[in-house]
Amino acid sequence: MQDLVNLFVKSIFVENMVFAYFLGMCSFLAVSKSVKTATGLGVAVIFVLVVTLPVNYLIYKYVLTAGALAWLDPSFADLDLNFLSFIIFIAVVASITQLVEMIVEKFSPSLYNSLGIFLPLIAVNCAILGGSLFMQERGYDTLAQATTYALGSGVGWALAIVSLAAIREKLKYSNIPAPLRGLGITFIVVGLMGIAFMSFMGIKL
Amino acid sequence: MDKKIFIEPIFLKNPITVLVLGICSALAVTTKLEPAIVMALSVTIVTGFSSFIISLIRNTIPNRIRIIVQLVVVAMLVILVDQILQAYAYEVSKQLSVFVGLIITNCIIMGRIEAFALGNKPIPSLIDGLANGFGYGLILVALAFVRELFGSGTLYGIQIIPLSWYSANGGFYENNGFMILPPAALILVGLIIWVQRSFTKELIEK
Repeated sequence: MQDLVNLFVKSIFVENMVFAYFLGMCSFLAVSKSVKTATGLGVAVIFVLVVTLPVNYLIYKYVLTAGALAWLDPSFADLDLNFLSFIIFIAVVASITQLVEMIVEKFSPSLYNSLGIFLPLIAVNCAILGGSLFMQERGYDTLAQATTYALGSGVGWALAIVSLAAIREKLKYSNIPAPLRGLGITFIVVGLMGIAFMSFMGIKL
Repeated sequence: MDKKIFIEPIFLKNPITVLVLGICSALAVTTKLEPAIVMALSVTIVTGFSSFIISLIRNTIPNRIRIIVQLVVVAMLVILVDQILQAYAYEVSKQLSVFVGLIITNCIIMGRIEAFALGNKPIPSLIDGLANGFGYGLILVALAFVRELFGSGTLYGIQIIPLSWYSANGGFYENNGFMILPPAALILVGLIIWVQRSFTKELIEK
């Protein structure tokens, strides 16, 4: 239990998706103009990560790793389907976002109205696919670990985009040199936030 | 006409500094020149050929499932690139780690397919894709150049700053460790945007 809590805290702060690995930067910069929409996208990302990562974990563990298909037939024991992982992961992500969109639309129209426009965007958000690839590379070896990692990194991403949106709302009132306005200053602000987040790096969990 | 397709993405419509596409990988792989160049080449190839292939079949893709079709084509190309890298440049492919896989979700590729390849003939689409990859690669190499030179004192793994300058050897020089850290990349991109926009006034945001 303790190492799950550690993993959770670590994936939010120490190995933050945005500040340590730059994942999901495109939508991070594009949708962070107001806190309200940023929160919507943040929640949607957490949701999709928590759904897709365990699914990808199961597929990876029972189909794709070397020798994983041995349960089907002993002659498959030295079969390694690892090279297929990219295409399978992205297919899972794309179809689950589509599925989530349809389910949410059917059962909770109010949630759909607030999340709806962001859901299609998420299929190509690198944070989602990145989560699955990191899970594969670091070899999280239980379902609980994979789910905790998904939740932690999702929360970390949401935290980052909401705080950037809050800063950008304030920035509107400051006097910034004209060529730096908009995109330029946003990059520098994200850099400064990254430095702040680096203070968590020393923490050994 | 063809010339414009090629020139624009490199400066006036640069995918990174103007359209804000494909930032994810641009920042993470630029601590050294070598991975940055490999990444730039891979992205250029994938962008060019995915635009080309999608443009070839653009009239037969049903609109509703076009995202999935695009993802499958892109993922296929990325798998090829990944396998080739693992076979011929194993060290670099280890350094790039997940970022090779993340080329699939690189927004430049989907962005160019959606904005250009779906409405244009194959050859212009190929040129457009390659040019966008090139514009992306240019920023990557510029970032990696600065970060490797000041962060580790080397370029492409070759020592540039003389070893006798270092304070460890009785000199006065010290590598700037900040350059290797993630936030430095963001601040450098911010500065590049600043410089570019002070030269081209029409890009300034209101």
